[in-house]
Amino acid sequence: MLTNAIIYGFVNSVILMLVALGFNVTFGISGIANFAYGALYILGALSCWVFLNPIGLPYFLAVILAVAVTAIAGALLYRFVLQRIRGMVLSEVIATFGIGLALLELFKYMGFIGFEYSLPVISDTSIEIGTVVIDLQRIFIVIIGVTMAAFIWFFTHHTRTGLRFRGIAQEERTALSLGINTDRVAMLSVSFGGAYAAIAAIFILPLGTINVEQGYSVLINALAVCIVGGLGSTGGLVLGSLLIGYGQTFTATYLESHWVMLVPLIAILVILVIKPSGIFGKQKELEERI
Amino acid sequence: MQRRKERVDRGIKVRSSDVFALSSWREMLYLSAPRLLPIVGLLLLSVVLSYYWQRVLLSVSVFALLAISWDILAQSGMVSLGQALFFGTGAYLAGNMNHYLGWPPYVTLPLAAIFGGLLCTLFLIPVLRLRGIYFSMVTLVLPLMLVRIIEATRIFGGTEGLSGLDPLPNRWVEIYLIIAVLLAALFGFRRLMNSDYGLVLKGISDNDRSVMNAGINIYWFKTQALFIASALGAFAGAFMTHVYMFVGMPVFAMDYSILPIAAAVVGGMGTLAGSMLGAFILVPLSEILRGLGGLRIVFYGLFLVIFTVAIPEGIFHYIQRKYHQFERWVEVK
Repeated sequence: MLTNAIIYGFVNSVILMLVALGFNVTFGISGIANFAYGALYILGALSCWVFLNPIGLPYFLAVILAVAVTAIAGALLYRFVLQRIRGMVLSEVIATFGIGLALLELFKYMGFIGFEYSLPVISDTSIEIGTVVIDLQRIFIVIIGVTMAAFIWFFTHHTRTGLRFRGIAQEERTALSLGINTDRVAMLSVSFGGAYAAIAAIFILPLGTINVEQGYSVLINALAVCIVGGLGSTGGLVLGSLLIGYGQTFTATYLESHWVMLVPLIAILVILVIKPSGIFGKQKELEERI
Repeated sequence: MQRRKERVDRGIKVRSSDVFALSSWREMLYLSAPRLLPIVGLLLLSVVLSYYWQRVLLSVSVFALLAISWDILAQSGMVSLGQALFFGTGAYLAGNMNHYLGWPPYVTLPLAAIFGGLLCTLFLIPVLRLRGIYFSMVTLVLPLMLVRIIEATRIFGGTEGLSGLDPLPNRWVEIYLIIAVLLAALFGFRRLMNSDYGLVLKGISDNDRSVMNAGINIYWFKTQALFIASALGAFAGAFMTHVYMFVGMPVFAMDYSILPIAAAVVGGMGTLAGSMLGAFILVPLSEILRGLGGLRIVFYGLFLVIFTVAIPEGIFHYIQRKYHQFERWVEVK
């Protein structure tokens, strides 16, 4: 039971991390809390489904196209909505939340509910680690999660565009004066967040069906991980997802499953009271509290 | 030739801001019309509306109260994402007092408002030192957590809630009670926020460190603002409990957190009247869209986006500007 909990807890943590990566990329770079993130996540999964089933493209092509569609949706969201209200945090939240609400409810209205809306698993065999049986899809998720986290770290530290990302994250005006088109970089960051959401959805959702309601819970999970780890910090993200992931799995194993939903909420609350900017947060003490 | 737009105060605004206001009907009307409009409008609406739309007016007024309470907090530098906390606490307090102790509504309403305010203030005192987005996130999480705790421990009726509570005597008492409270809150707190006391609160939101420098204990002021706002929200919750004769987990729903914020953003923050105007636009809008079935929330979300992108300052500020000023094109020299 304990080894079981440890291994599945690890998988759960990686899933949480994969979900939160995209949200974290957008927030960490442009400071936009993208509340349409859950909708982008579902959009990625559904467009992949559409490319696969009615259109019948091969899996590889469908995945690439779905990621591209979601990335473009993110870019359009920035260009036509966020750019006009940039800097007014509350308006940003309301506008992205409105977009997310509209998209998710539109999917629900169009009838994307039911068992036939599920994505294929890459391989349905399972293997044994010690005494624990685990399916290959979960192992694959772990590999993808680790790769994506490593990729974003490499990208922001060793490419020109990535350095621009970090530039506007640190000081937007200075970046502007050094010839970085901040609007374009911010647009890229939202679109990157969209692409990450699509990748997460395409590999995580085969574990179940595409359920539109997940759009909302994904958002809460992503928020929880980012807050606990520290908004905008990749290392904190890993730690935050491990904390919450293991917390959830151990609660489900040793307590009641009722309490699982409480874990991210309590984690948020405790972290906010003790160290509001998160475990690895870089905010100054004075900016978060006085 | 280049031209630019210039804004100039209307003559009547300049005149009526002085003693001349007392010497002409036009100027007195200019000053009093915006104040009389909500009073007369609400009283008129309560009479002419059909039964169904009267119920809508009830929930509009409740959301307007929540939006006003949000605006008071926001003006004191505390952006709350969880008005449902205040609403739900008030609702559960009133429900429990009525269900377990059997107290009538005219006792539970004021008690729930006062003790709901105290309780919410106690909840939030530990995080009062947090600023900005960190405070907001705590308020976002608290109502979600209370729901889960009620679900898991099955206290206060658990998932079924408490039903069969005492209603208010009749629908006219309901409607005029909430209208009276709404108008009193609107005008009373507008006055409060324009006094020296309100100035301190606004100062806290502008620059809390400089207010501290002035030797003012900002936590004490923040606590008071929190109490005012949460008591208002708790009253709204207690009122709705007695209208529906039911209290359950939905009182902590996200609706009660998001709609007031949306109302304040659409209507315009910082005036209280704007928040109320926003509620009077958004709630009936969602009611009208009800005929669209599943598409209702889609359009609702889009309206929200269009409002925030097209008029980011809020409708009330826009109207206020048009009322006081006119615009004309002038040449740039």
